Amino acid sequence: MADAVFLAISVLTIGSAIASLEVRSMIYGSISLMVTLAGVAGFFLLLDAPFVAMFQISVYVGSIAVLILFTVMLVRRELLFHKIEDPRRRYAGIGLMIVIMLGIGTIIIGSGLKSMEVDAPSVDFREIGKDFLTYYSPALVVMGLILASAVIGALTLARREDVTNEQRTD
Amino acid sequence: MSNELIEFVLVSVALLAIGIYGLAVKRNAIRMLFAIEMIVNAANLNVVAFSRFIPNSQGQTLALFSIAIAAAEVAVGLALIIVAYRMYKNIDIADFRRLKG
Repeated sequence: MADAVFLAISVLTIGSAIASLEVRSMIYGSISLMVTLAGVAGFFLLLDAPFVAMFQISVYVGSIAVLILFTVMLVRRELLFHKIEDPRRRYAGIGLMIVIMLGIGTIIIGSGLKSMEVDAPSVDFREIGKDFLTYYSPALVVMGLILASAVIGALTLARREDVTNEQRTD
Repeated sequence: MSNELIEFVLVSVALLAIGIYGLAVKRNAIRMLFAIEMIVNAANLNVVAFSRFIPNSQGQTLALFSIAIAAAEVAVGLALIIVAYRMYKNIDIADFRRLKG
């Protein structure tokens, strides 16, 4: 059975996921997205994967959430509180969400995953490092190139052509 | 280890459903990015859960790759939103209709 820590983390994660989509202010929305990502990191800790959990915290909570927060602050203030939604579309979306939850949920509950038992010790993070540097080393290099090109692409996209730097004379 | 695999998978399904709801309903570009992040996190949670219970270290490796790729995706996505906001002075998806060419 699920223990109390698992229940607390799952309530926190799913509640803040809903809140980040539904809260009126988008700044509070991005903060609750941060709570969701930290909750997923908590799940990783429960799954005996501390390395992935720390990576999740440093990448998602540390950089992505801050990036989103700054983008939200760059947008005009009244747009952040302005919610345009078709109510019929909203009800259809809620219906879709419930159908997906119940459909996939019943499939998973009926699939006999519960009988899976863990008896082996958890994976050591040394094995992850070995994987990274031996079998997956070409993928690691490609990932570095992708990250570099993403940073360069973001800088190129966000650059303004119409503003030129003027030399100050005084 | 007192938790079972199916509980993690069910939480992951809930996150996926919330993310799909956000993508379907919201018209705010940044909120749609939030929803995409939730879906990616649901996938990562699933992968790490299965790698714990099989047990195999490659699931965690895949999750690490996935987190890094998601970081790149968010950076480019936010830059695109900023450019579109500069062009249309709005972050409403319906205002970006002219982008369809």
